[in-house]
Amino acid sequence: MGDTKRSGAGPSGHDLLRLATAGSVDDGKSTLVGRLLYDTKSVLADQLEAVERASKSTDGEPDLSLLVDGLRSEREQGITIDVAYRYFATPRRSFVLADTPGHVQYTRNTVTGASTAALAVLLVDARHGVVEQTRRHTAVMALLRVPRLVLAVNKIDLVDYDEATYLTITKEFRDHAVALGYAEDAVVTIPVSAKKGDNVVVGSDRTPWHDGPTLLDHLETVPVDGPDEAAPFRFPVQTVIRPRSAELPDYRGYAGLVAAGSVSVGDEVVVLPDGQRTTVEGIDRYTSSLDAASAGDSVVLRLAHDLGIARGAVIVAAGSAPEPVTEFTATLAWLHDKPLTPGRRLLVKHGTHTVQAMITAVEDRLDIQTLALDADPGTLEINDIGHVAITVAEPLPLDDYDTVAATGSFLVIDPQAGDTLAAGLVGRPLVATPVDA
Amino acid sequence: MTATLPTTGTDQLDVLESEAIHVMREVAGEFDRPVILFSGGKDSMLLVHLAHKAFWPAPIPFPVLHVDTGHNFDEVITFRDAVVERYGLTLEVASVQDYIDDGRLSERADGTRNPLQTTPLLDAIAEHRHDAVFGGGRRDEERARAKERIFSLRTAFGAWEPSRQRPELWNLYNGRHKAGEHVRVFPLSNWTELDVWRYIQREDIDLPTIYYAHTRDVFARDGMWLTSGPWGGPRDGEQVLSKSVRYRTVGDGSCTGAVESTATTLDEVLAEVRESRLTERGATRADDRLSEAAMEDRKKEGYF
Repeated sequence: MGDTKRSGAGPSGHDLLRLATAGSVDDGKSTLVGRLLYDTKSVLADQLEAVERASKSTDGEPDLSLLVDGLRSEREQGITIDVAYRYFATPRRSFVLADTPGHVQYTRNTVTGASTAALAVLLVDARHGVVEQTRRHTAVMALLRVPRLVLAVNKIDLVDYDEATYLTITKEFRDHAVALGYAEDAVVTIPVSAKKGDNVVVGSDRTPWHDGPTLLDHLETVPVDGPDEAAPFRFPVQTVIRPRSAELPDYRGYAGLVAAGSVSVGDEVVVLPDGQRTTVEGIDRYTSSLDAASAGDSVVLRLAHDLGIARGAVIVAAGSAPEPVTEFTATLAWLHDKPLTPGRRLLVKHGTHTVQAMITAVEDRLDIQTLALDADPGTLEINDIGHVAITVAEPLPLDDYDTVAATGSFLVIDPQAGDTLAAGLVGRPLVATPVDA
Repeated sequence: MTATLPTTGTDQLDVLESEAIHVMREVAGEFDRPVILFSGGKDSMLLVHLAHKAFWPAPIPFPVLHVDTGHNFDEVITFRDAVVERYGLTLEVASVQDYIDDGRLSERADGTRNPLQTTPLLDAIAEHRHDAVFGGGRRDEERARAKERIFSLRTAFGAWEPSRQRPELWNLYNGRHKAGEHVRVFPLSNWTELDVWRYIQREDIDLPTIYYAHTRDVFARDGMWLTSGPWGGPRDGEQVLSKSVRYRTVGDGSCTGAVESTATTLDEVLAEVRESRLTERGATRADDRLSEAAMEDRKKEGYF
């Protein structure tokens, strides 16, 4: 079990790639996703028939964006409002695609899509090139550490398949991505026409100068980084399993998802925030007893000592236990219409633990255009990204987002309305090198 | 102790199972009175199976709620009761027939009772004060469903408000809600119909017999094969034929159609699902054809 890889192409090769798309309004994102589904034959006859019925286009071609714009108001306004999840598969790989909206006011959904993505496809319109939303979305992907980027330069047909236009756009994009911390080889650029199908699934002879892959080729072959099993073991306890049955009067197990690293029977562990030490006596997954479990596994741990552990505790490897803290610095992506008011009572949900919290200071705010940090902005408004100082009522065992994303991330929640206000990343995972524009 | 893992290796079913179990345990940890919506269909049977795994060796900590339209297939009711017995579950029933009998709802002109389920469902949620309601909905079913969060907040009137959905980040689920509101939870969000069938095969999960091909008296209506029954039909001019059919979904008999099939085993069903050029709802649900936004409109009213 210890060497079981959860994702990454094994011999069977049929793994799962989670990806997100992002782009500005009218860049043709929904059409691109529709094209991917259509050309991979993932659209079934009744869905296509519904689209053909609803298509208002006069050229006789179905409007592929209608395959994904599922809400009435989206079809009425011709825009994507909310993130939609789409599923398609090829003989080589299965895909979960988060199709996220382009409008500035829906950037929260871009954050939603990016938080679970192993790859992001950003779209630009070849006629307009890199725009503010491209920069914003790329910054969001960098902030959330989405490992790989694809820039799809769409509507290449509308610039007569001009290579020079394509090269200008891709250079500007690469410079921006590299300034945000991306390695050159983590960024792939492809000229496409979603409407006509060039280089989406089928290669195009109208871009003979493009020697790279089609979008689908790339998605099928790009390495998938599985959960980081080399990371230190982290296990937020979700619930305690106590059957109290005649057969199992004394069974006590701690249920949860291995958030990072791996654990084996016999390992010494520490239970945080209290810091009690014990060893792992057993790992159960349903009726099986396992020797080990690793990131991504939902299991039940049995421990050698009866420690009175409850939901909210985090079981970690003994050698790498973080010191629980009540004050820390974090990067926030503010997602709510209501701006951040320092000093207001809020909640922080970290793993399985929700605690009272207060944001005591907003230290800086990222300028999406220049990537410079504006010092002391006073507040964060919707879609702003910045560093804050946070105080929490109970000590939390935090990791830096850069080191262990699963225990370095948290939600900021409004205790009254219940709304999710911000995505939080512990530490300063934000590159702020000004770009030479 | 030795490892006795399923030998599926890198299979994505492991990833999907683990995610669904994580979601169920979050609900157990954060809510007071969750319930599993259980129709006896394959998706809700998967929920019961996953809940069994999530809390083993303790019993499933949730009751199940069946919204009974009164137009069920007999095989499905028999199956429902057997599952309740086998897992030691508490069964709650919200009966559309009761509402029709005492006048709170009236039969529709077209005879279908599917849209009538919403009121008894919302009343049952209120009566039992359920704060989390598990559903077997999947995002691949329909494009309005593709927009659902895994934790989906509903107003006190049960309404889905897509423009007010919360961002869903990492695997941190926000279940906060006000008194009277509830959260619909969809652990199977990321599964496809094919994943469901592959998992049923891998885990050897029992299903009602109507999912497998059998000979049945049916008549054609709106391009589907409907079964004769108390829900109406055959009408004048609708001819009853004896055919080999199976069902891809379980629902109200008035609007759930059978597909022609000879697939009597799981392997054969899987082969059929792989080759089908129709979605399961498109193939078998008349109510989704009512308008372009039929599902979205019903969800805004509180439909599951």
